[in-house]
Amino acid sequence: MTTFYDEVQEIRARYPEGSRSAALPALRLAQEKHGWLSRQAIEETADALEVTPAFCYSVATFYDMLHLEPVGKHTVDVCTNLPCALCGAQRVVEAFESELGIHAGETTPDGEITLRAVECLGGCGYATVVAVDDRYHHNVGAETVGEILEGIDGGT
Amino acid sequence: MAERKVLLAGADEHDLTQLAEYRAIGGYAGVEKARRMTSDALIAELEKAVLRGRGGAGFPMGRKASLIDRKSAKPKYLVVNADESEPGAFKDREVMAKVPHRLIEGCLIAAHAIESRDVFIYIRGEYLTEYEILAGAVEEARAAGIFGDVDITVHRGAGAYICGEETALLESLEGKRGQPRPRPPFPPIQGLYMAPTQINNVCTIATVPVILELGAEEFAKTGVPSSPGTAIFSVSGNVARPGNYELDLGTPMRELIYEHAGGMADGRELKAVIPGGSSVPALTPDQIDVPLDYDSLGAIGTFFGAASLIVVDDRCCMVQLAIRSTKFYMHESCGKCTPCRVGTRWMVQILESIESGTATHADLELLDSVNDNILGKVLCALGEFAVYPVASYLHKWRDEFVAHVELGGCPFEGASSIEGILAPSDQHAHTPAGQEALV
Repeated sequence: MTTFYDEVQEIRARYPEGSRSAALPALRLAQEKHGWLSRQAIEETADALEVTPAFCYSVATFYDMLHLEPVGKHTVDVCTNLPCALCGAQRVVEAFESELGIHAGETTPDGEITLRAVECLGGCGYATVVAVDDRYHHNVGAETVGEILEGIDGGT
Repeated sequence: MAERKVLLAGADEHDLTQLAEYRAIGGYAGVEKARRMTSDALIAELEKAVLRGRGGAGFPMGRKASLIDRKSAKPKYLVVNADESEPGAFKDREVMAKVPHRLIEGCLIAAHAIESRDVFIYIRGEYLTEYEILAGAVEEARAAGIFGDVDITVHRGAGAYICGEETALLESLEGKRGQPRPRPPFPPIQGLYMAPTQINNVCTIATVPVILELGAEEFAKTGVPSSPGTAIFSVSGNVARPGNYELDLGTPMRELIYEHAGGMADGRELKAVIPGGSSVPALTPDQIDVPLDYDSLGAIGTFFGAASLIVVDDRCCMVQLAIRSTKFYMHESCGKCTPCRVGTRWMVQILESIESGTATHADLELLDSVNDNILGKVLCALGEFAVYPVASYLHKWRDEFVAHVELGGCPFEGASSIEGILAPSDQHAHTPAGQEALV
């Protein structure tokens, strides 16, 4: 079985020797393994990259997709940037909030779903865009929110 | 005028994510042709085509290639900026999803021009599906032996708008926080791993095979003389048919909005067009006869930018639009330069006081002053991207800003189309019960 350490070495081999370019892919891999970047995940990554945990923290704190706090098993990201906003994104956010019984930025008490408003996802012509576990749903309206949530439940 | 598909040619009729289908329509003939040329001749050809950078700055791609020191003892790098994050832009994504091999072919041609063996495509982390398609196409082309002595690595970002800025992208690709570098030195002199580096947007590189196919002379006859070729325009907001439309440069904006994109949705009136992605000065309805090319848009005080039009109808409050726009740039400021890090926060505070009705006339002047203290005083364009649109709203829709001050509140009285819109910076991470947050 390939260990996390070995996988990181494979990633490092794709980049010039001595560079730290494997940092983002390694942190993403650690997050996939642990669900979020816990202290243990950061330390394992630092060890595999041969850098300090502080370096890994400096990188991880910069990027929105890297989580330094636990998140739900599934993430629901609703774009609320201008193009989606103009097409009713706020009503989509509110529909998710009401269906899930939480505010945007929160996780359901059972730890299943984290709901977030996010910046532009690059689907502006198909507003509102919602990413469920990084898979895009296009042209989402308040009326299709229930269907999307059922899809998540069905998938677990 | 109908759409003229050049970058996206064949994608409606064929599954061009498959190597065999791309080859069947003549794909990868351009790279063979390029490899029979010397790098000098190839760069001369690219310069003759005047292919202006589609990422926003409009710098001619061939001239950029000519700046690379090909005699350098260091490796030469080609980096493709696929970190498409400008609000309003969703065209690079379509190129990667539908014609990934055209992008790969463009990479191989450009790599030959600058004598590079190492190509990196930096794709934004959120584009998972596009990453899978592109990475699959890269593997297929590599296995087919098309790469020669070149290698292409697809590198995923992790959610940071600033990494679309070329030097921040390089920092991020080197595994660090994506904070812009001071320039000079510019990337062609000292870029990735301190080596000569050419950086171009996805659409720029995907246009390169077209130049080889047509020949630079023929290519330069399309579009307009100062900006030849086509561009994929992303249209979003309050239009009937939002989407991507590939048109010759120089097509009038009115035609794009009213013919291709079907005009205004819901029978509303046009109020504003933000023509290059959310970072550029907005246009009023009387300005939309402008031809869509770099110089024409520049002449009326805005930018071609990312060829991405956000169309706004009369239901939207411009102060609210300014708040939401600025919260984005505030959220995405990397924090390195004080005028941007602090200034964007001040902009939000002043704009919110205008919206809530607690501002005075003096605050409108204060907003102008904060804007002026960001412009030109930061390392990269992000601070300016925060200011350009807001300054244009403040000046072109000044009556609306003044009305907020004089009425002591929003004249839309809760009926604005973006009333109450939540920004990510408004929410705070919340830890599920029973699990401890790491602070």
